[in-house]
Amino acid sequence: MTSATVPPGLSAPAGSSAVYHTGSWRTERPVYMSLLPPCSAACPAGEDIQAWLFEAQEAGDGYERAWRRLTVENPLPAIMGRVCYHPCQAACNRVQLDEMVGINAVERFLGDLAIAKGWQFEPPAGDRLTGRRVLVIGSGPAGLSAAYHLRMSGHEVHVLEAKTEFGGMLRYGIPAYRLPRHVIDAEVARLEAVGIVLQANQRVEDLAARAAGYDATVVCVGAGVGAHVSIPAATAAKVLDAVRLLEETAAGTPPLLGRRVAIYGGGNTAMDAARTARRLGAEDAVIIYRRTKAQMPAHEEEYKDAISEGIRVKWLSTIAEVERGKVVIERMELDAGGRPQPTGVFDEVEADTVVLAIGQDADLDIVEGVPGMAVERGVIAVDERMMTGVPGVFAAGDAAPGDRTATYAVGQGKLAARGVDAYLRGREFAAPQRVAQATFDRLNTWYYADAPAQSRPELEAARRTSGFEEVVQGLSEASALFEARRCMSCGNCFECDNCYGLCPDDVIRKLGEGKKYSIDLNYCKGCGICAAECPCGCIEMVPEER
Amino acid sequence: MLELLEGSQAVARAVGLARPGVVCAYPISPQTHIVEALSGMVRTGKLANCDYINVESEFAAMSVSIGASAAGARVYTATASQGLLYMAEAVYNASGLKLPIVMTVANRALGAPINIWNDQSDSLSQRDSGWLQLFAVDNQEAIDLHVIAYKVAEELSLPVMVCMDGFVLTHASDVVELPTQEQVDAFLPPITPLEKLDIAEPRSMGMMAGPDVFTETKYLAHMALVGASKVIKRVADQYAAHLGRDAWQPVRVWGPDSPSERGGPVSAERPAQQGEIAVIGMGSVMGTMQAAVPRLKEQGIKIRLVTLGSYRPFPARSVREAIGTADRVVVLDRALMPGVGGVLSADVRRSMARLGIPMHSVIAGLGGRSITERSLGKVLTQAKAGELGELEFMDLKRDLVEGAG
Amino acid sequence: MAKTHIPFMQTGTLVVGNRLLDEEDRAVQSYQNRPSTLTRGHRACQGCAEALAARWVLDTAMEVTQGKLMVANATGCLEVFSTLYPESAWRVPWVHSLFANAASVATGIAAANHARGRDDIRVIAQGGDGGTGDIGLACLSGMFERNDDVLYVCYDNQAYMNTGVQRSGATPPAARTATTPAVGPHPGNVFGQGKFVPKIAMAHDIPYVATATVADLRDLEAKVRKAMSHRGARYIHILVTCPLGWGTKTADSIKMARLATRCGLFPVFEAEYGEVTAVTKIRSQAPVEDYLRPQRRFAHLFGAKADEAALERIRGAAERNIRRYNLLPEGGVA
Repeated sequence: MTSATVPPGLSAPAGSSAVYHTGSWRTERPVYMSLLPPCSAACPAGEDIQAWLFEAQEAGDGYERAWRRLTVENPLPAIMGRVCYHPCQAACNRVQLDEMVGINAVERFLGDLAIAKGWQFEPPAGDRLTGRRVLVIGSGPAGLSAAYHLRMSGHEVHVLEAKTEFGGMLRYGIPAYRLPRHVIDAEVARLEAVGIVLQANQRVEDLAARAAGYDATVVCVGAGVGAHVSIPAATAAKVLDAVRLLEETAAGTPPLLGRRVAIYGGGNTAMDAARTARRLGAEDAVIIYRRTKAQMPAHEEEYKDAISEGIRVKWLSTIAEVERGKVVIERMELDAGGRPQPTGVFDEVEADTVVLAIGQDADLDIVEGVPGMAVERGVIAVDERMMTGVPGVFAAGDAAPGDRTATYAVGQGKLAARGVDAYLRGREFAAPQRVAQATFDRLNTWYYADAPAQSRPELEAARRTSGFEEVVQGLSEASALFEARRCMSCGNCFECDNCYGLCPDDVIRKLGEGKKYSIDLNYCKGCGICAAECPCGCIEMVPEER
Repeated sequence: MLELLEGSQAVARAVGLARPGVVCAYPISPQTHIVEALSGMVRTGKLANCDYINVESEFAAMSVSIGASAAGARVYTATASQGLLYMAEAVYNASGLKLPIVMTVANRALGAPINIWNDQSDSLSQRDSGWLQLFAVDNQEAIDLHVIAYKVAEELSLPVMVCMDGFVLTHASDVVELPTQEQVDAFLPPITPLEKLDIAEPRSMGMMAGPDVFTETKYLAHMALVGASKVIKRVADQYAAHLGRDAWQPVRVWGPDSPSERGGPVSAERPAQQGEIAVIGMGSVMGTMQAAVPRLKEQGIKIRLVTLGSYRPFPARSVREAIGTADRVVVLDRALMPGVGGVLSADVRRSMARLGIPMHSVIAGLGGRSITERSLGKVLTQAKAGELGELEFMDLKRDLVEGAG
Repeated sequence: MAKTHIPFMQTGTLVVGNRLLDEEDRAVQSYQNRPSTLTRGHRACQGCAEALAARWVLDTAMEVTQGKLMVANATGCLEVFSTLYPESAWRVPWVHSLFANAASVATGIAAANHARGRDDIRVIAQGGDGGTGDIGLACLSGMFERNDDVLYVCYDNQAYMNTGVQRSGATPPAARTATTPAVGPHPGNVFGQGKFVPKIAMAHDIPYVATATVADLRDLEAKVRKAMSHRGARYIHILVTCPLGWGTKTADSIKMARLATRCGLFPVFEAEYGEVTAVTKIRSQAPVEDYLRPQRRFAHLFGAKADEAALERIRGAAERNIRRYNLLPEGGVA
């Protein structure tokens, strides 16, 4: 083993051990993984949340990088940062440590910052333009999302909106105190700036006729028709549906409701209707819901906001009859299967107006009678790429199957755009790959210091019911940054250097900021410390095969 | 300039002239006066650029010396007896690491029973440690030997024990001549270690050797000591020439007809011949012996003295040459291998294996027992008469041992 | 680097690096061009925390001294696995002499450097718990008492691992070793009075004494920096997991050290001139069983022949540490 002669004191030069390859001892090798964080897995819009939070954590220029990373998937962060019910947060692994990361608030912070700074999207480069023309019907979240992604793929996009202003349910279904109109205007204007042509007051009656001259069409007409139930009502009784209440209020022509308003239903629209009624002058707004609080479909936050604004709820109650100035309600009780059953016990609630918030239907006039077009369970039937039975005609949003939330609509709009793009390019549509999820048990949470969530300041209750001012305020920069930094980066390396620093055998090389690490397998003994001490669980020990 | 000095003071001054960078010691008689004197020289600045470390044991003394020497300093320490044994592990280590440490051993008996007086059991117990062991006959030699020892140690990159009889030399006042600082500086340049801890070129020292290379390291250690004899001789000659006077030599042969009082180097001397007894020994006993030689000659006993200045390396060829064609050889042993005999005589016997000359081992002066001219004369008379045994304990008090045990 | 609280929660103060921190606040171990003073190719067992701690200590010292560092190493695992001729894993001037004398060798090096006016070159001595607190205690004490300019670092893995896991003075009570087998009426190591070298060091009133573990790199780096900011004798005692001797999974080396501090059995503190000046509070207290159960050397305390009495005594030791060093945060709950 020694070629040179033995030195006098049997010494050796520094670092000469490099000739001895300890890698042969190994039975397992560490492998860096990139796993799907639960937030991203839960995001209906398919945002790579962990990636944009990573950028935002760096503050300064990081915010713009974060916004750009975010808007690769979702062009409406200022809107979604307000109205998304953030299933990402419910899925967040940090819940199991202390509290979920306030992803939604950071998204809004970035969206608002983008508006304030005037950040624009990069329009598609000249060589990426396809010359293909796509018609998008409807400018709600699905339509806007589809238009954006189609435009970014290089297509010409034309959006038709039936109403006088753009935004669909964002504008006409969500009250201004939750989503100020200037925010919608700003994010729509940014879409126009990349060459998307939007036209208002264009109600499409004949799909085939309007689609002529386009290479593809995406139908995003939403679900703007209030559902009705048959309730015995006196002729003098005032009954209207919530969709109309919200829409007319949004259009600046709110209906007269009277002093006492009863809202029938337990969903988010019921909450919006009740809160809108308060803002329109109702002294008393009572929600009547036939099931229990636990069964209520409304989002917890919406419910809390409603309660804090003095709204009452009558659980396990159905409206049996509407009379002038009052409603007769029947008490319900749950059967063994958890379904409400009538008890024959009746009660009365004073109400000048009854608002029905028991669901919304898709407006399917546009597709009725179109050959090949199928309607199933009240929505347009589509395949996995969101194409209807008519080649080249796609559908997304509330008019298509799936959850009826703005975020889901954004996701569907993107999916439809991908479907259209594949269709136009004659490519096989590739469904997004699902990779292994970064579950909580993979994490080593010791390394995440304790950090309580930063809550968004709220408008004090007294000011809320007196107008349509936005209730929930944005996070300060400091709070947004703090919140972004609470992200645990589940399953994705955030370059904490733990593997590099904790390797007893000095076998990991740090490749420089943003370039992560490599493992010198000539020396790695496979002890597994790097994997065990990786905070975010992105290293897996894989058995060696020799 | 001639001065009357205690041996320890003289040695301390000689060490000081060599300008060591680090001196450390743990007190043990009879070495203490040397390091006491050095501590004063460092305190007063007379010995500049030197750290003096009061350690907590001889083991630490040698360990500090190892560290300092590994870091490239010229190092000095001193010990004796039990202290040498207590540092034994580090003694072997220092030579294995090839560190040119110089250590005075004020030769003293080993216990038990505890005994503070002179014999040579201590340093001779370390004969296989890989150190050089050089012996002084008197304090002038002790002075010269320390300067020579540094030169030899640093040239060979090996540690050296300078051995001088405890009390007999260390505490005896003699008229001696110290070299001047200029003479020493010219003879002994600043140390340039073969290998040291160096931040510019980091190396690892003191590595583990497996069976694949251990034999080779030991072979090289052996060859280094074998080759050391020539270097020692050369340096001793250079030193004498540099000072323009006679000085310590690794081997001396002397008889009443020799030209110089101190005896000349072996090459310039005639070896023992028929009709003569060769008497071999180390240290101060050879001074006593020298005084006895003329009187013995008057009694018709012709003696040729062979004084070994170098015990390790053992100058076997020179010893063989000095014995020449003597009738018999008497070795004055100052250390005993119980159950075997004298330590020095074992080495001598090996070097004269095929000469066919009778050899007698005389165990003399253990634990400070005086070695008188009279006793030596008695032993040599017996030798001349063919009445001396192969192993004799000089002046053994028969009445104290008969019936004992 | 001062040990500051860094309010970035993703990274806290606990991970090795942090891209969000200023350069000067980052751990030396996170430097792309860190010295890697103990480098690849050494033959330590898989998961050896001693190898890890040694690199952390010396890299930090190399950083502080800008490479002007010399090291004396006692005989032991650290020496054997790093320097089998002709291959050395050290990238620093390094010398091994004997088992018991690392402190003295370091004193000699420091003296040599001082004598030639090179006080800028600093010296570290290092060894295991046996080389430090048993056979090497006299040399260590001498170095302390003279206040020689040496930082001595003890890597405490609580037994003679190099020779095959025999009991040392640092072996905890009840632990099974090759010379305290888990047999007889009182299996494992005896419940003696213990020997905690940091307290012995403090008894010398030296400028700086600290304890640390491989579970808190930033703490250890800060302590090495602080130690290097002092002149004179300094001592850092680091608990290092030995998967072989403790019978733990190789991947759990950091976790085990973490549990040792969380349960109170290993107090982490600093002392200057003989007085405790800082204590690392237990962040999240764990029962001693959490620490003991994963270790095969304590297996006889659990299971069918569970030794509740021994466990109770060990709990008592943890409680004594917690009380003596005031290890719980304000309010007494961690």
